[in-house]
Amino acid sequence: MIMSTAAATASETAVCWSCGAATADATAFCATCGLVQPPGQSDHFTRLGLPRSFDVDLAGLDRRYFALQRQLHPDRFARKTAREKAVSQQQAATLNEAYETLKNPLRRARYLALQQGVDLPGDGRTIDDPELLMEAMERREALAEATTAVAVQALESAADSERAALLRGLSGLFAADDKNGVRTAILRLAYLDKFTEEARARRFNLGTSGQ
Amino acid sequence: MTLLEIHEPGETPLPHAGEETLAIGIDLGTTNSVVAVARDGKPEALRDDHGASLVPSVVYYGADGQVAVGTLAQERLAQEPDRIASSIKRLMGRGAADVAVLGDVRAAVVEPGSGETDMVRLRIGGRARTPVEISADILRALRLRAEVALGKTIERAVVTVPAYFDDAARTATRDAARLAGLEVLRLVNEPTAAALAYGLDKAVEGVYAIYDLGGGTFDFSLLRLEKGVFQVLATGGDAALGGDDFDHALAERALAERASRGQPGASSAGEAKIALLAARRAKEALTDAAQAEINLVLGGIASSHAITAGDFEALIGPLVDRTVGICARVLADAALDPAAVHGVVLVGGSTRVPLVRRRVAALFGTQPLADIDPDEVVALGAALQAEALTVGSDTLLLDVTPLSLGIETMGGIVEKVIPRNAPIPVSLAQEFTTYQDGQAAMALHVVQGEREMAADCRSLARFELQGIPPMAAGAARIRVTFTVDADGLLAVAAQEKTTGVVQRIEVKPTYGISEEDMARMLYDSLEHAQDDMESRLLVEARVEAERLLLALDAALTVDADLLNASERADLDADATRLRLAIAGTDRDAIGAAAQALEERSKAFAERRMDRGIRSALSGLSLDQLESKVG
Repeated sequence: MIMSTAAATASETAVCWSCGAATADATAFCATCGLVQPPGQSDHFTRLGLPRSFDVDLAGLDRRYFALQRQLHPDRFARKTAREKAVSQQQAATLNEAYETLKNPLRRARYLALQQGVDLPGDGRTIDDPELLMEAMERREALAEATTAVAVQALESAADSERAALLRGLSGLFAADDKNGVRTAILRLAYLDKFTEEARARRFNLGTSGQ
Repeated sequence: MTLLEIHEPGETPLPHAGEETLAIGIDLGTTNSVVAVARDGKPEALRDDHGASLVPSVVYYGADGQVAVGTLAQERLAQEPDRIASSIKRLMGRGAADVAVLGDVRAAVVEPGSGETDMVRLRIGGRARTPVEISADILRALRLRAEVALGKTIERAVVTVPAYFDDAARTATRDAARLAGLEVLRLVNEPTAAALAYGLDKAVEGVYAIYDLGGGTFDFSLLRLEKGVFQVLATGGDAALGGDDFDHALAERALAERASRGQPGASSAGEAKIALLAARRAKEALTDAAQAEINLVLGGIASSHAITAGDFEALIGPLVDRTVGICARVLADAALDPAAVHGVVLVGGSTRVPLVRRRVAALFGTQPLADIDPDEVVALGAALQAEALTVGSDTLLLDVTPLSLGIETMGGIVEKVIPRNAPIPVSLAQEFTTYQDGQAAMALHVVQGEREMAADCRSLARFELQGIPPMAAGAARIRVTFTVDADGLLAVAAQEKTTGVVQRIEVKPTYGISEEDMARMLYDSLEHAQDDMESRLLVEARVEAERLLLALDAALTVDADLLNASERADLDADATRLRLAIAGTDRDAIGAAAQALEERSKAFAERRMDRGIRSALSGLSLDQLESKVG
């Protein structure tokens, strides 16, 4: 919550780069002169007008994202000054970052967890959950032994249903602020996403060579 | 010359040559290029006198410094192959080593880049030329075609690039446009342009696939269309796979047959080009026919090689399979099944090959869209986007990065900073640190690609961070920010976080053009400035002359009765003379004929003026007359 305090302070002092009038941090356009403003420090949920929660209405997210890009994308500023174009590029880039983060469940979970003060290991760190390690090894062996697209598909389906259960569980864990639970679930989710990606690549390889 | 024009205040004058904001769309292709313009949402390819929209992407460099582009250049292929540059797009943003890997019999003598960049140069017509300079010559020709067709100078364009083009190739394309005097409003991915041309932004919402097999590149993209927004979900391709490879396969087969008959093969780059051209003709014939022949004359010995559609499909089968494999990978990237794709658009001349159509239809279980000319569809879409960016539009193109961008770290491993298929514009940062006490500088190597090792990726740029404050190893926190703009072009910035000092970065593009080279090329292009100026003046003379003829026609429809028969005949004769002059290229002749017509029409104009005043004044009271005059 330190982050949002910092954002609030920034918003109080923000002024329009063009006309010098005070601007609110969450607005993309200066209320006084109407020119596009730098993206500021809003968190991703605020930026996309969504409540801070793990449960995101994806259709609503898309709607908000498209509506905002329509206003902020640099193509909308093709006939404007170089400065406005540059500022709109910052806005669009920040918006893309927010959208990508909230759209993907794993990235959304990590983002929310960091905001709630959960201690997460970075990418590429070793998994310290022995149970998960054992499962990962078994699953990888099964994938290596699968020689048909159908067999790989079966492994994917199993991973998919486990993933769906994890996502359902994450909502509750976030709501209860169960930091350990969130941490374990995110590590599992990261592993399952990676496994699914590998399995899909293998299935497509088996599929195309079989044609 | 405006004597003939009489119009009421507020009334629209005679059609004037275009609006200020006109911008063109250009498909700068490997084999052919097309220029198009859109007005009121209707795109149109600009054609030559023979009605052809395709401009072969071939440039001829004459001994006298003369430059010819397109069909003219192609016609000299047989006589002066050493003076011809073709398929140059394949070399955009590439180094000499890349070209060697391409194993390219097409390329003329290749020289590594001089000085600090590795950009390849071709020795053509006795001079080393970069692909950027050669592409600029093609773009200049397209610009001129547009200026002649539209009767006005053109300075802005939307230029398309394969979605798969890396940063170096995109930068090279933009630089080429700059050399040709064109400001690039936007680099648009070819598949996105094709979708625009099909009006898919107004079609049923869903996911569409764009299968683009051109002369030299293959691209496959998945676009999601929703509420007028084009979102590129995923894209993939092969920058060195296309219809040229079909020609290659056919030519090699014919050459192998010659060898088995003891006939001489292609002993020079020129003869190889001739063989490829013959192969291309056979390929095109096989689109409709079950059998075709490749006829060759090499080393003075003629030969004929029959080829059936079946032979051809066996030859190109593996190449088409490669495109299908890429489609599968892109679908996997987007986690989509082929059945989830709403429709498939075919782009590129090579999609006329029946085997290609069959394989695409089989993969997606649906007949692909192909009713817009696959050679023109990209330029038409580019023209629509050019209009959208100048006049405004409701459609929005949201593109993604085609390849991951990263930095080489210890041991040559790539640390990815921006992943593939990230929506652009995007700005992402990564922190790095020093590995020696008191280290004041740090060399960074920016690469693009999906492989783990930097050596297997494309090198984009190297730069050195300087002025790092002296600190213990690992204490400095250097935040390197990669920004990719809406055109897919990369910029890099760095900041040392503990001190807040922003580092100046000197980016040396590995295959790019340095500012010095750019200046030299712009200077060189002044050699052509005389020609360019001449073309410009010719365009202007034609435009003025056409306005005069339009004005005369308009006047004659209203006031022909003011002329007697012999006056009318004289005017008509002068008008015909002017029309003939316009059809020619002699600017002075156009000027003289226009002046003659103008002289001749003076009396007619005066009589019209009198009649105009009389009719304006008739029926007016003295008061009204005074108020009018006052």
